[in-house]
Amino acid sequence: MVDLKTNYLSLELKNPLVASSSPLSKDPQKVRELAEAGVSALVMHSLFEEQVIKESLELDHFLSRDREQFAEALTYLPEVGQYAIGPDAYVDRIRKVKEVAGIPIIGSLNGVSTGGWINYAQKIEAAGADALELNLYNIVTDIKLTSDELENAYIELVEDIRKEIEIPLAVKLSPFFTALPHFIQRLAKAGADGVVLFNRFYQPDFDLEELEVTPSLTLSDSDELRLPLRWIALLYGRIEIDFALTTGIHQAEDLIKAMMAGAQVAMSTSAILKHGMGYPTKLLAEVQLWMEEHEYESIQQMQGSMSQQASRQDAAFERANYIQVLGSYR
Amino acid sequence: MSKEIRMIDGNEAVAYIAHKTNEVIAIYPITPSSPMGEHADAWSAEGKANIWGTVPDVIEMQAEGGAAGAIHGALQTGSLTTTFTASQGLMLMLPNMYKIAGELTPSVFHVASRSLAAQALSIFGDHSDVMATRASGFAQLGSGSIQEAHDFALIAQASTLKSRVPFVHFFEGFRISHEINKINVIGDETIRAMIDDELIHEHRARGMSPENPVIRGTAQNPDIFFQARETVNPYYNEAPDIVQSYMDRFAELTGRQYNLFDYVGHPEAERVLVIIGCGGETVEETAKYLQKQGEKVGVVRVRLYRPFSVKHFVNALPATTKVIGTLDRTKEPGSAGEPLYQDAITAIKEALEEGTVPFSETPLLVGGRYGLSSKEFTPAMVKGLYDELKKDKPKNHFTIGIKDDVTHTSIEYDPEFSIADEDTLRSLFFGLGSDGTVSANKNSIKIIGEETENYAQGYFVYDSKKSGAKTISHLRFGPDPIRAPYLIDQADFVACHQFSFLEQIDMLKYAKQGATFLLNSIYGPDKVWDNLPKPVQEDILEKELDLHIIDAYEVAEDTGMGQRINTIMQTCFFAISGVLPREQAVEEIKKAIRKSYGKRGEAVVQKNFAAVDQALENLYHVEPPQEITSQKERRPPVTEDAPAFVKEVLGTIIEAEGDSLPVSALPEDGTYPTGTTKYEKRNIALQIPVWEPDLCIQCGKCVMVCPHAVIRQKVYDPKHLEDAPETFKSTEARFREFPDTLFTLQVAPEECTGCEVCVEACPVKDKSEVGRKAINMAPQPPIREQEGENWDYFLSIPDVDRTKLKTNSIKNAQLLQPLFEFSGACAGCGETSYVKLATQLFGDRMVIANATGCSSIYGGNLPTHPYTTNEEGRGPAWNNSLFEDNAEFGMGMRLTMDKQNQYARELLQELADDIGPELAEEIHNADMSEETGVHEQRARVKELKKRLQDLNDPKAKDLLTLADKLVKKSVWIIGGDGWAYDIGYGGLDHVLASRRNVNVLVLDTQVYSNTGGQSSKATPLAAVAKFAANGKEEPRKDLGMMAMSYGYIYVAQVAMGASDTQTLKAFREAESYDGPSLIIAYSPCIAHGYDMKKSLEHSDLAVKSGLWPLYRYDPRLAEEGKNPLQLDSRAPSIPLTEFAYNETRYRMLLQTNEERAEKLMEKAQEGINERWTLYQQMANLTYSDES
Repeated sequence: MVDLKTNYLSLELKNPLVASSSPLSKDPQKVRELAEAGVSALVMHSLFEEQVIKESLELDHFLSRDREQFAEALTYLPEVGQYAIGPDAYVDRIRKVKEVAGIPIIGSLNGVSTGGWINYAQKIEAAGADALELNLYNIVTDIKLTSDELENAYIELVEDIRKEIEIPLAVKLSPFFTALPHFIQRLAKAGADGVVLFNRFYQPDFDLEELEVTPSLTLSDSDELRLPLRWIALLYGRIEIDFALTTGIHQAEDLIKAMMAGAQVAMSTSAILKHGMGYPTKLLAEVQLWMEEHEYESIQQMQGSMSQQASRQDAAFERANYIQVLGSYR
Repeated sequence: MSKEIRMIDGNEAVAYIAHKTNEVIAIYPITPSSPMGEHADAWSAEGKANIWGTVPDVIEMQAEGGAAGAIHGALQTGSLTTTFTASQGLMLMLPNMYKIAGELTPSVFHVASRSLAAQALSIFGDHSDVMATRASGFAQLGSGSIQEAHDFALIAQASTLKSRVPFVHFFEGFRISHEINKINVIGDETIRAMIDDELIHEHRARGMSPENPVIRGTAQNPDIFFQARETVNPYYNEAPDIVQSYMDRFAELTGRQYNLFDYVGHPEAERVLVIIGCGGETVEETAKYLQKQGEKVGVVRVRLYRPFSVKHFVNALPATTKVIGTLDRTKEPGSAGEPLYQDAITAIKEALEEGTVPFSETPLLVGGRYGLSSKEFTPAMVKGLYDELKKDKPKNHFTIGIKDDVTHTSIEYDPEFSIADEDTLRSLFFGLGSDGTVSANKNSIKIIGEETENYAQGYFVYDSKKSGAKTISHLRFGPDPIRAPYLIDQADFVACHQFSFLEQIDMLKYAKQGATFLLNSIYGPDKVWDNLPKPVQEDILEKELDLHIIDAYEVAEDTGMGQRINTIMQTCFFAISGVLPREQAVEEIKKAIRKSYGKRGEAVVQKNFAAVDQALENLYHVEPPQEITSQKERRPPVTEDAPAFVKEVLGTIIEAEGDSLPVSALPEDGTYPTGTTKYEKRNIALQIPVWEPDLCIQCGKCVMVCPHAVIRQKVYDPKHLEDAPETFKSTEARFREFPDTLFTLQVAPEECTGCEVCVEACPVKDKSEVGRKAINMAPQPPIREQEGENWDYFLSIPDVDRTKLKTNSIKNAQLLQPLFEFSGACAGCGETSYVKLATQLFGDRMVIANATGCSSIYGGNLPTHPYTTNEEGRGPAWNNSLFEDNAEFGMGMRLTMDKQNQYARELLQELADDIGPELAEEIHNADMSEETGVHEQRARVKELKKRLQDLNDPKAKDLLTLADKLVKKSVWIIGGDGWAYDIGYGGLDHVLASRRNVNVLVLDTQVYSNTGGQSSKATPLAAVAKFAANGKEEPRKDLGMMAMSYGYIYVAQVAMGASDTQTLKAFREAESYDGPSLIIAYSPCIAHGYDMKKSLEHSDLAVKSGLWPLYRYDPRLAEEGKNPLQLDSRAPSIPLTEFAYNETRYRMLLQTNEERAEKLMEKAQEGINERWTLYQQMANLTYSDES
């Protein structure tokens, strides 16, 4: 019997398959089904401070907009006691999910203000989350803001949050950093226990018939595995931090590759959304079979086995462009 | 006993007690009583219990008649039951009221009393509704203040249980129902102490039950009905003493003593006024004031009007009374006098005969009318009345408060007379409806009234427009209770929240000498003076006003408040009025902000906090130079070319000076000219659309969707361009029917509301800059004048010849002149573009019956009216009867058209030889199925009339008056879903079933929009609405399907935003069908809660989701062996959530009860799927014989 156990953010997990942040986590019943299907931990959908603010302002706008201007209709919508606006509903959901899941639950947060980040992080911790994933991504459009300033702000933020909470902290990043290794190292020093590579976003597309810009998000496929695979393989063993690989995990081979690159866990949503709630069982069984067939004893045995350091194939990881060289030349 | 002080309005004060003391509440929305039902519904939805610990069951019925029936049933089975209503609503309850009283059933109907519609509808307060029920057998208890309304609601409840006589508890609509004042809230212990549980048990025991069966509601014959009717006398005899006993018990519990008739004034008064309701407050305060000046005057305030206790009334009058003046807030045309007058005369006569009068000599008694439809009733008028009573022969059957120059009933008074004390601060705020002024003022008075020892009062006046509406807030603050149910005419503080108002309203006439004037000004302290209109400068200098300014819009923009300047202006008021120390005021404002907005999220609280802080930093005191520098006068209310009536009467109303119009100025039968909105240049849009001829494809879509008919297109001969203004835009026309012509798309800059729906509708995008369309928004002020000139020129260009135009395409149909323009509907209104389309296609032959609701308000509310005429003077003739009877009302119009057409044809045949057989034949057999045929028939009728003039036959004279009926008339029955699905459904069903040729247009907003978004049977499942605060559990009624089941009714369900061509097709088919037709039109509404400029997109999503399938059911197709049902939209292609969660009405539930929202949404989705399958199956049925 092969050993699938792994350790991520100091959490002992029964296997390396973690359900990544998705709408599935909104429903405690679905979370339970995922846990039963074998996922070892679950990252909650993100609490977006920007959305909290937007929802709050929108609700206010539409409840206030046409008030008190016509004698027969001083308002147009009923007054209700309380709105679940703000982090409370999210926090409440973590609590409910925790009650039924039976697996570690990782909160996920995307803030816009320092106050918001810290305040919401504390609330997520208080709700019982086993760890927190900071979803560090925003579209920088300010032409005056330098990359240095931005990175410093991120580091400061991680330091601030680290001071305020006790639970393990992971940072989810986009691939768009000029000097990613250096930045991850700074994150580790700032107190991050792990990094999650990489975030996927809504990207605008153009509708050529309507000449409209349309935001869209497509589900990942196995091809997208290679970007995080490279970075984890490059950095494994060089920075003291846990790695989670979160894009392109669709088949057993993908998960195995993630482990071999050096990831502690592999996260997946697209595959589950595509193949159904029972897919983790199937995927884990295939991993196990592969390991048995290839005589691996444990996940830990393979973790980092094909990282840059371990594989000793620097060029394969570092090459940026295609260069025709003789295979035997060194 | 607990003592809670609150600032609330009359509706809430009453609903509070009603909800605490009842088990079943049956409601129906009607202004101004709707908020009572809304409160009750919301409290029950929140799980608030009555004093017995159970949550009252609140049910919305389909009409007030239905509510009364439900109440009757609930009462008969032993429930504690109540309702809230007003005006026509009370009238609809009347038949049941006789039953409820006849069966001696305890109940209280709470009535926010309101005018009954007569020459016009009015939503405002008087006693005409209550007085019309005085013979029903209900007791009538009238309150005169917010506190009294709260207290009497309880006294009535206690008394009805004991007396078994049902009660109408009434208080003036708006003046009491909507005024906010400081009251002592009655605690549960007091309520318990007033209600005797034993009486409730007895009521229950009388309830129908199979365990103890009885029969009620029998039919009786002449032998016993009369005697049986007399059996109730002892109950009515005892009722007054019972009420008094509960008033006494209430006094013991609360310290507030009331009597059936309360006398106030000089103990030896000689002149006594008698009055019911809140006017009594004014008379009482004035009498006290005059008494201090030595005048022997007093007032009897009638509390219990029915049963009328002669004994108590007479005993309330001082023995010294020499002359009595009764005041009725109602009119009973043709009577010997109004109700209170007649009762007072009867009472005194009877008491005199029985020798029970307190006075030695018989007093003189006169009566009159005051305060109809919330007409002001002031201390000055009261003084005028007391002065009149001094005369040897005081005027009888008088009126006070108006100038009656026709039958000379009015009493003169000195309007300068005032009893205002120095300790009370009087403030007036002039705001724009959308800027939040009223909300801020409601907040302010709550702060003063609830957080300090001071008293406060707030009353709010709104104009009749739904877009760009003006509001005036009347606020009083002071150390003593404020008993002044009338407007402020001399203010210590005047605030103008919109600079442009200075050009429109003479607001400083209300400012006292030395008053403070706060102005929201885009001009800074150095520039503001020179930009003020001359009369404003004059007033400031003459009255030595203390001027403060702030650029509130800038602060609002900076702090994320958008257009809402409420918090900013509120802060400025507190900062300079001195009503509270500044620091304390800021603290209290912030506290109030957290209380009001906290539940909407911290971001909302923070932006308001920022607004408070920045307001103080941007507030400036201005020392005006002591000279007039401006030459700018106020703008006239209507344009120079307006007819005399529009200038003199409607213009006066627009200037907010309507109170000054004498009786003779007004039409005696409620008839007004159409086409008057065009004279009122409202200039409410900050931005207006601008046309780009180089991009425009001349599709007509922007013209079609414009809710206010401010975008027009014309095709014309190039010669018409000769005198065009320089900036007038034109391009080559792309219309096959009109070669070598030019095309212009023109915007009316001063009428546009800036809703942007047109820009959203424009399908064109600049290839090099896709954000640029063929029509784009631009700031209005810089182009106002130029585009105004262009608009006038555009109107002077002749319209295309309708007879040459095929109107089966949008671009062609939109060349037709709309005969409905510039209404006061909301910016982006989803209803009006349908109404406009109907007038474009058929307006010159339309007769419209319009149900009460939004469409009757923007269609028929004074001062100006949007239905207009074409060049020939033809246009829609419009009328509004009631809410419930609109289909029948329209049916009556059809009956006239048909009957008179038939009679005219008969006369035509009889007179054929004299007229000319050929012409008679042509008229008789005319085909008017197409526009050309109608025009040809008009020409024949014109000739007919000419020939009839020369005939000396009485029948010819008769035919002359009927000749126009020989031309096709298009009868339209228009109303909202509240009418069609609920209150008017029975009538609608009957009219549709009649096979008569009527066209019914249902403007379906899926809620009662006009009364503020209450749920109707058109409200979709899972949406939140008032009376469905937890989300509606039932699906929308399928009105179309019900109508289709007859088989001979043309039915179409349309949504202009999803398919304008299907809409056009449906309108043309419906009108052409010689039988009943029903168009159900999806009408986006502000009550849905989204940006109205996106309404087309929302309509489209509603269709795509399957919530609103498009179809046409044409019975003519069945006659051809085809399936009459044609589905015009595809199977649902997006989940309902994709449509619904873009709208606050659905989203709210997600934010308040996510679990329930998801459950209801799932149910809604299932329903949609099932319904679509059913439609599809129906549409696929084979109708031909071959099957």
